Amino acid sequence: MADHILEMRSITKTFPGVKALSDVTLAVSRGEVHAICGENGAGKSTLMKVLSGVYPAGEYEGEIVFDGQVCSFSGIRDSEHAGIVIIHQELALVPYLSIAENIFLGSEKRGRFGLIDWNLANAEAGKLLREVGLDESPTTPVGTLGVGKQQLVEIAKALSKDVKLLILDEPTAALNDTDSAHLLGLIRGLKDRGITSIIISHKLNEIDAIADHTTIIRDGQTVETLDMADPTVDVDRIIRLMVGRALDSYYPERESHPGEEVLRVEDWTVKHPSQDRLVVDHASFDVRAGEVVGIAGLMGAGRTELAMSVFGRSYGTYVDGRVFMYGKEVKARNVAEAIDAGIAYATEDRKKYGLNLIDDIARNNSAAALDKLSTRGFVDANEEAKAAEEGRRSMNIKAPTVKSIVGKLSGGNQQKVVLSKWLLTDPDVLILDEPTRGIDVGAKYEIYTIINKLVAAGKAVVVISSELPELLGICDRVYTLSAGRITGQMPVAEATQERLMTLMTQEKELVG
Amino acid sequence: MTQTVGPTSEPEASSATQAKDVAPAAALGVGTSDVRALLTRNLRTSGIYIAFVVVVALFAILTGGTSLSPGNITNIVLQYSYILILAIGMVIVIIAGHIDLSVGSVVAVTGAVSAVLVIRQDQPWWVGVLAALATGLLIGAWHGFWVAYVGIPAFIVTLAGMLLFRGLTLQVLDNVSLSPFTSEYSKIASGFLNGLLGGNGFDAFTLLVFGVAVAAYAVSQYRTRIARVRYGQTVPSFPLFVAQIVIVAAVVMAFAYQLATARGLPIVLIILAALIMVYGVVTKRTVFGRQVYAIGGNLAAATLSGVKVKAVNFWIFVNMGFLAAVAGVVFSSRSNGAQPGAGNSFELDAIAAAFIGGAAVTGGVGTVVGAMVGGLLVGVMSNGMQLMGVDQSIQSMVKGMVLLLAVAFDVYNKRRAGSAR
Repeated sequence: MADHILEMRSITKTFPGVKALSDVTLAVSRGEVHAICGENGAGKSTLMKVLSGVYPAGEYEGEIVFDGQVCSFSGIRDSEHAGIVIIHQELALVPYLSIAENIFLGSEKRGRFGLIDWNLANAEAGKLLREVGLDESPTTPVGTLGVGKQQLVEIAKALSKDVKLLILDEPTAALNDTDSAHLLGLIRGLKDRGITSIIISHKLNEIDAIADHTTIIRDGQTVETLDMADPTVDVDRIIRLMVGRALDSYYPERESHPGEEVLRVEDWTVKHPSQDRLVVDHASFDVRAGEVVGIAGLMGAGRTELAMSVFGRSYGTYVDGRVFMYGKEVKARNVAEAIDAGIAYATEDRKKYGLNLIDDIARNNSAAALDKLSTRGFVDANEEAKAAEEGRRSMNIKAPTVKSIVGKLSGGNQQKVVLSKWLLTDPDVLILDEPTRGIDVGAKYEIYTIINKLVAAGKAVVVISSELPELLGICDRVYTLSAGRITGQMPVAEATQERLMTLMTQEKELVG
Repeated sequence: MTQTVGPTSEPEASSATQAKDVAPAAALGVGTSDVRALLTRNLRTSGIYIAFVVVVALFAILTGGTSLSPGNITNIVLQYSYILILAIGMVIVIIAGHIDLSVGSVVAVTGAVSAVLVIRQDQPWWVGVLAALATGLLIGAWHGFWVAYVGIPAFIVTLAGMLLFRGLTLQVLDNVSLSPFTSEYSKIASGFLNGLLGGNGFDAFTLLVFGVAVAAYAVSQYRTRIARVRYGQTVPSFPLFVAQIVIVAAVVMAFAYQLATARGLPIVLIILAALIMVYGVVTKRTVFGRQVYAIGGNLAAATLSGVKVKAVNFWIFVNMGFLAAVAGVVFSSRSNGAQPGAGNSFELDAIAAAFIGGAAVTGGVGTVVGAMVGGLLVGVMSNGMQLMGVDQSIQSMVKGMVLLLAVAFDVYNKRRAGSAR
């Protein structure tokens, strides 16, 4: 066997009700770049959290052997002490502090009397910056740097801790091509210095270019570890392994009778609210009455951003594009106008953006349709309760009464409250963002049944999801989204998980 | 559920059995709830009423009944009315997740404007009142503009307002106190309606007004109950319903009798009662009130539900400015003049009333009635300690501890609710 710097043996991690990781095994050779691939929710991040001690020893089963020693980390400090540093997708830098201050945050260079020796700190930081190829003064505030340069500061910070194993979670997701290329070059450079890297990425071309081995994780289990030097290994094979999930969830059957076009979005282009980059780039799609259209995209592809910006421009800065309802252009500049135009958007994170968790079902149910339940500004509490009761019955929300507090319901029932709330606005098109994330199989089936009832009643439905079997199971047509661009569309009869994943991971250069 | 069922119906079957586990009474739609359920479910809100009863009883015993004497009850109403008026606006601000530190200064400046017009320029009393209210509305719009449309945290905006309007008060008054008001003006806060129907050692008119109010309360409660039954909703059992009305009527009439045997019906109590009723309806029954709770409960969800957050926030502060002006009129009337230091630290009393009355620090929770009881609780406590001759320093410390414990109770409750999730 090769010299393994890290072995994770039979890791199993259970959350209440969910088995996130089941008997996962990972072996990383010393000095290599090891990639981990998998769909959203496959368990990649959970595995890295187990490794870095975010989930301390004892909360999982299995064994971690690092550098020849069995480890039981009880926190990030322990794992960093051993030489494992993780750089998360959301960078953990303090924007108002300088580069040097950030690099030595928590491990300050102390001089006499325990005071910080800034000359020493800045000098060392300068040395580290040269190593990562960042031409900035150590005293520059981090907040003034672009995302790409901030990423380099994170790596410099990792180097300052004598890192042996560097874990990068989606390091290039927010970077442009030049910055990505520089970062990948840097990872290669670290490899030459003997630093082992684990890189989690959706960009399979990058993995193909940089990784020595690739481990594929699916549904919380290791599928296979591929040797990238093997000529038979290519991107297509990785995709097959990523998506090769059996269609074991069941979908209610539905006859498809698409009618007239309800919603059409043309050339929709949106800029990030604070950074100068396009999050949605000339995206066009349409959906018909009685049709379920899927939008497939991986995390960071711009799915939620696309939906939210169409829904009354509630995300980012509008750049360009037009929205049509029944062929007539509508300009919905805020959420109220979007609702009036007949658009409903059920958010991805229902706890954070969808529901008032401290309030009851009835009041959440009516939150978006108060004008329908009130006369001259007075809410008719009885009509409201009646509407909630109807919602509870038709959605089969399991709660003792409509006065039950929403925060105490299960995820599936919360999602039904969200759907009931949006149906009360009597929309023509419903955009459902990850409608079944985090809910159990039985409740998923119920949600699919509700979607089917909606389209049977002539509504148009757009489902955003990263679960390909789900899209294949319930949609009539599927669009793929990658880096803010629509990279393809096909009727579900022609779609396969492999075809979709290929389009979902397609990068700019390869598009038409 | 008439849709074609797919290859397996297993998920459907399991969900049906789960539904059966849920309380059967609720499934029928109509049912009744008992006292214990009411109390335990709403411990957060009912806790304050229990605490209030305990505090009233405690001081009645400690002062040998003096605290419940007719004269003293009238005094409490007169003394704390302006704090209660401020607390109505404050609880709405707090429900929406903001705070207002400026109300003490606004009380001062509105009273000063009124005093300058009425005392210095010999205008009639109502000119002073209208000018004060207009000033309050403008100040509220000023705060609302900065909070809602510029996006500066209310803490900062109103802290600035506190300094700004204290300074403006000094400007308006030329650094001197103005007094006295005309007798019409001072009646607002210290006048009584009595003797209209005569009486035998007590004021019959006061009793009549309260009697009518209690009857109206009973009728409206009954009509609400009928409507709820027609819509098939859960209502308390009938004996419980009657008991609730009888208890409320008894407490209110006892209170009325004490007022009647003292000086009659204070005018300021009529103002306060009208405000409590109006704002009770605004917070509970209107779209605006609902949106205030939605913003405080989950700002992002409210925005994505089409609530025009900026406009709602703006009007919340306009309203606070208005109520601060009402309090300013009442306070200047009661103190029979305007002083540069008027209203100092009133904001803290109003904030304390809202929090003791069950409003949550994080927003989204609170009621007008709760804030009133919270304010009265502090009032009864301070008054009782004064009657007992407790030192000012001890009084302040007791008030501080009560506020701290009330919010600690709220935080504890929330944590418990969170872990049960």
